[in-house]
Parts: sequence; C-alpha cells; structure tokens
Amino acid sequence: MSTNLVLLALLMLAVTYPTRAVGLLTPGLDRLPKVAFDYLQLVGPAVLAALAAVSVMVIVGDDEVPAFHVGVEWVAVFVCLVVVARRRNLFLGLVSAVAIVVIARAAGLAAIPS
Amino acid sequence: MSAAGFGFVYGLSAREAGFSVVEAMAMSTLVFAGAAQFAAVGYVASGLAWPGIILLTALLNARHLLYSAALSPWLRDVSIARRAVMSHLLTDEAFALSINHFRRLGRADERGYWIGAIGATFIPWNLATLAGVLIGAQIPDPARFGIDVIFPAAMIGLAVGLVTGRRELVAAIVGGGVAVVVALSTSPAIGIVAGGIVGPLVGLVVPVGMAAEAAPSDVVRPGGPPS
Repeated sequence: MSTNLVLLALLMLAVTYPTRAVGLLTPGLDRLPKVAFDYLQLVGPAVLAALAAVSVMVIVGDDEVPAFHVGVEWVAVFVCLVVVARRRNLFLGLVSAVAIVVIARAAGLAAIPS
Repeated sequence: MSAAGFGFVYGLSAREAGFSVVEAMAMSTLVFAGAAQFAAVGYVASGLAWPGIILLTALLNARHLLYSAALSPWLRDVSIARRAVMSHLLTDEAFALSINHFRRLGRADERGYWIGAIGATFIPWNLATLAGVLIGAQIPDPARFGIDVIFPAAMIGLAVGLVTGRRELVAAIVGGGVAVVVALSTSPAIGIVAGGIVGPLVGLVVPVGMAAEAAPSDVVRPGGPPS
C-alpha cells in the first residue's frame, strides 16, 4: 500500500495549520493590509474555478499535448453549478451531475473516458 | 450530515485518483480541509509538482486567517494549548457553528466549539472518507458510474458557495478562463496555478463599491465539506 502522499499531507498541514492558528494564537492579525485580506478572500473561488474548468475542458492525450475537450461533462458541471446557485445544496448538485453523466454514457450519447 | 456526504465523495475521488487508504486518511486527518483535499486530488492527478501543490494549498486555505481572526476575541480566555488544538479543527463549518453560537449566547462556549468541530465535522468527515475510499476500491469501472465527474462538479459547486459578491464572481470567471488558456498552451498544472493567482488579482480591480463585501461569516456556505 502506497504511503508516498502521507508526506504531502504533512506538508499541506504545515501550510494549513498556521492559517488557522495565527489569528487564535497571536494578536494583531487585523493589522494586515486590507488588500491582503481581500486577495485571500478571492483565492478560493479562483482556484476552485480553475480546477473545475481545466478538469472538464482540457485533456492530455498519449502524446502529452493538452487539447480542448467538449463533452457531456460540461453539461453535468453546468447543471451542478445551477443547482448549487439556486438551491444552495452542493450534494444535490453532485448527484445531478453524476446522474447526467451516467445516463448519457449508458445511452451511448457520451464516450466513457479511458 | 454534509460532512459525512462529502467525506464519502472525497474518499471516492481520492481512490479514483489512485490514493491508497492510508494516503486518503492522512489527508482527512492531517489536512482536514475539504476544498484543499479535493483540489489535491486534482493536483496529483494532473501531475502537479509538490511545491505547486503546497503553494496552492496555502493560497486556498489562507482564508482561514479570516476565521481565526474573527474567533480570536471570543476565545482569548481559553488556554493557549487548547486554542492550538482548536486551530486544527477550524473549518468553515466549525467557524459558522461556533460564531453563530457565541453571538447567540453573547459569550464564548468552549464545549460548544468542541462539539461542533469534532462531533459534527471531524469524526463524520474521517469515517466517511474511510468508507468512500474502501467502497471506491470495489468499483471496477468508476467512469461508467460517473465518478470522474464528481471532482469538477465538486470544485465548481464549492466555488459557487464562495461567490458572495461581484469581486468573487470576477475572480472565479477569470481564474477559470486563464487556467484553460494557459493549460492549453503549457500544461494543466501550470494553468491551474496561473488561474489561481491571476483570478484574484483581476477581482481586486473590481471597484469596492460594486462588490458585495462579505464578512467572514458570509463566506461560510451551508451544506459543504470542511474547508
């Protein structure tokens, strides 16, 4: 059983814990520049959107060259986005996305990724 | 309930990306940050080098600074050792539960914090991760069951939960767009880093008057994983 990523988890802990602890353990955090707080608040949506977009729009083939991808995954992710935006229920959004992909692939409307 | 559901989905995604049980559980116990954990699954799958993963994890989790700063005045009478442990358990959910509880009471309630952070989040998240990664290993053809779409759907859903104003929306759209363009011209891993850095910079350009400035408590979304 591989344990290589345990070290990665420890390193992720090493950069995550201070962000949680610094405010509780040290005074004066509110003296950081406002623009720094603003930037931090925007990182979450940007990184998560970047991950989602690259996951569904970019594929890397055997030749290692990235290529633009269009597929049922777009529809599934968009439906998830709409469900979460309207119902504020992420789990329902995920179930909807998975259902769309499963149905499309079972019906032969979309290829099953290799 | 939400922590259990998403812990299970995280376990499935981690298994799909090739994480072993020990690796997936190490993430859930040590990192204990849903969005960063989901993101790490994508980073590892896309071949992003560890320094890049660590940088993006730090950026993604940096908003916890807002939470710890907001809770600090309430918990200043708690011993520093217990505050150090509390810090590890400070997720979106723990913050949302505790800050609302403290405001309702008009004082801090340390026991309430532990119940919310451990009983309602940490334990369900980790047990569900274990279930997800074990069950995921038994699924012979995950793509047939749409497991591969869980990751991007979870990412976009979490992003929507963090969009509380026009600035966040611009950051997300620009982040996604830049990521795809850069990924197509270089590699997916570099694209993700570029989107995560450039998106917030462009979001900052949106005039403050146009943006719905959110207090930390407004950032918290109900029904999501620990982040």
